Amino acid sequence: MHDMIAYAWLIPAFPFISFLLIGLGVRLYSQKLAGIIATLSIGASFACALTLAITYFGLAPDAEGLRPTLVPWSFIWVDYMEGLRVNLGILVDPISVLLMVVVTTVSLLVHLYSMGYMKGETGYGRYFTWLNLFTFSMLGLVVAPNIIQTYVFWELVGASSFLLIGYYYERGAAVAASKKAFIVTRFADLGFLLGIILLGYVGYPLYQGSGVEGQLFDYTYLTNPQNITALVGTGFLGISLLLIYMGAAGKSAMFPLHIWLPDAMEGPTPVSALIHAATMVVAGVYLVARLFPLFSTTPDVLEFVSYVGLFTCAFAAIIACTQDDIKRVLAFSTLSQLGYMMFALGLASMDQPLGYVASMFHLFTHAFFKALLFLGAGAIIHAVHSNDIWHMGGLKKLMPVTHLTFLIAVLAISGIWPFAGFFSKDEILLAALQGGKNIHFIGGLLVAGLTAFYMARIYFLSFWGSPRSKGSSHAHEAPLIMLIPLCVLAVLSLVGGWVPFSDYVTIGLTEHQGGHGSSIVPILGSLVAILGLGFSWFVYGRGESARSDAIAAKWGMVFGWIKNKFYMDEVYQFITHQMIFRFVATPIAWFDRNVVDGAVNLTGWLTRRASSIFTLIQTGQAQTYGVWFVVGTGVTLIMLWFTKG
Amino acid sequence: MNLYHFIIFSLFLFSVGIYGVLTRRSAVGILIAIELMLNAGAINLAVFNRYLAPDKVDGQIMALFVMAVAAAEVLVGMAILIMLFRRKKSVDIGQLDILRH
Repeated sequence: MHDMIAYAWLIPAFPFISFLLIGLGVRLYSQKLAGIIATLSIGASFACALTLAITYFGLAPDAEGLRPTLVPWSFIWVDYMEGLRVNLGILVDPISVLLMVVVTTVSLLVHLYSMGYMKGETGYGRYFTWLNLFTFSMLGLVVAPNIIQTYVFWELVGASSFLLIGYYYERGAAVAASKKAFIVTRFADLGFLLGIILLGYVGYPLYQGSGVEGQLFDYTYLTNPQNITALVGTGFLGISLLLIYMGAAGKSAMFPLHIWLPDAMEGPTPVSALIHAATMVVAGVYLVARLFPLFSTTPDVLEFVSYVGLFTCAFAAIIACTQDDIKRVLAFSTLSQLGYMMFALGLASMDQPLGYVASMFHLFTHAFFKALLFLGAGAIIHAVHSNDIWHMGGLKKLMPVTHLTFLIAVLAISGIWPFAGFFSKDEILLAALQGGKNIHFIGGLLVAGLTAFYMARIYFLSFWGSPRSKGSSHAHEAPLIMLIPLCVLAVLSLVGGWVPFSDYVTIGLTEHQGGHGSSIVPILGSLVAILGLGFSWFVYGRGESARSDAIAAKWGMVFGWIKNKFYMDEVYQFITHQMIFRFVATPIAWFDRNVVDGAVNLTGWLTRRASSIFTLIQTGQAQTYGVWFVVGTGVTLIMLWFTKG
Repeated sequence: MNLYHFIIFSLFLFSVGIYGVLTRRSAVGILIAIELMLNAGAINLAVFNRYLAPDKVDGQIMALFVMAVAAAEVLVGMAILIMLFRRKKSVDIGQLDILRH
């Protein structure tokens, strides 16, 4: 059993092999078999990840309560020169093990669910190929022992996300959404890359100076306190971390780089559950957590991270209250929850790691209940054939299992005891209170209330009242293979919060931060959540739009602003089309067409003119050539004569 | 009569050959001029043999080789010219400019 740590490389290997196998071969012969192989490979990965977690967390923590950071398997991938080597390998530490378990669990369930959900689609095999590629890339990202590997897999994850959002490539909206997601995150990754380069530029000379044999320029080096002190001394750490954070903000859809995530809902619903809710979007949070020892030395950057997180958290929650597309509501709620994670991370420090623990805890619980919400929404969409919550209603009786699991997820995300969200959200709020950040505490509390309100809104509108469309009156329960993942996730959402999380994942000082010291937080948190639920019931409980329309009419202008997502898309449209395209891209295009292409054409024209002159000496007459030959020989002889001495 | 007379003679012969190759219109004339150049070379071989290494025969053997090669070359050259004449009804080298294209 102990060997599992040494064999941790199997975890990303399974999906990779399966990706190659089904992508290049099986898919062409049997779509059904492709799905089965894909699911089995993730199952094998999941089993390995679980064994790894049991083995790893079974290791006794050291005197300070920390578990070791291991690199059980790695090889030199690129060997630039003496000392400058990039390795590809597996890093095992608490957060990577945590993420491996989360990714493989959700991925396995989503694969299972997809076998039902995607049944009969033409691109069934292609879908599973990309899903496997995604899982492999995400696992590779999670276990990366150095920032280069992180970056490579970071891009792979982005590419597979692009492929899956654009899965329905006949639909214009899906193509546009996939491009948007790719371009926005790619733009953010520009910052990430610059950050890496800057970090390498200032960090590498220090690394060379340290001269430890066999030590690579990787995370174990970067997070070593001594080396951090040296890095801080260069004065460039802050700016490079800010740039790296830009990449993280793009992937985790922090304001103002959030615009791609709601549109990413054009992909198949299980993809939204896996990539755009539970795993890929937390990559940014994970990156910040991975580099947290560095971030903790730059309080300004952390504070920025925290405020951006808080703003995104509130901003997205407000928008979520007004959206009618069930998946968009969930997308905005994802944004909001990512905001929670980021602002909790921003509140932490090496002395007060509660925010860090809370952030990782929320990542863990959120993955389950948000995947559950999406898969539940998928089941509803599957039955009703519409994304619009006003076309649903009365599904409580028609889809009892989906109803129950969805209810559990709604309660979990709203933070009702004893569901998972209650514990993790509590810890975040507690971290804010302990850190003395009243703005964060109050903001977090209000957003908790809003979360309860909008989640209950979609719950009431889809399950209560009476059917509001033909689709919803003829809805039927999803097939068993889709219900199993729902039930498993419901159980995880129920028990996920009871995990003694801070015993497993922590950083810096590990003396118990009094996780349950303050009773005011859970009481306030529950109160706000119940208020939110109650108000939602008051407005939407009857499954009618009368009360909500009244409120919308009363707030007219403000409501319109929120409903249109504060016109962020339009702002981007204006900036890109009216400003960047017109004043930057158009002149550059002119320059390219006229000056650059002109120069190319000029050289071509000159060459042709010159050659048309020189063709005149090509007479085709053997005797003319003979004359040249004799003259040439004569000249050569004369030259030899004069140079022989 | 010494070595220099013979060398000057063969130089003259060779120059006549070059002049012929570069100026004759008729392909047959060019072939004949080439023969002159080859013979200039053969004379040189024989003469150097005679004056520089009189007790050996290497140069004379080479001269015989040159004659044999010249005969073979004329054979091939004439065959080409005959084929050319069949197609073009002329052996005027000035009309043969397909190398230009």
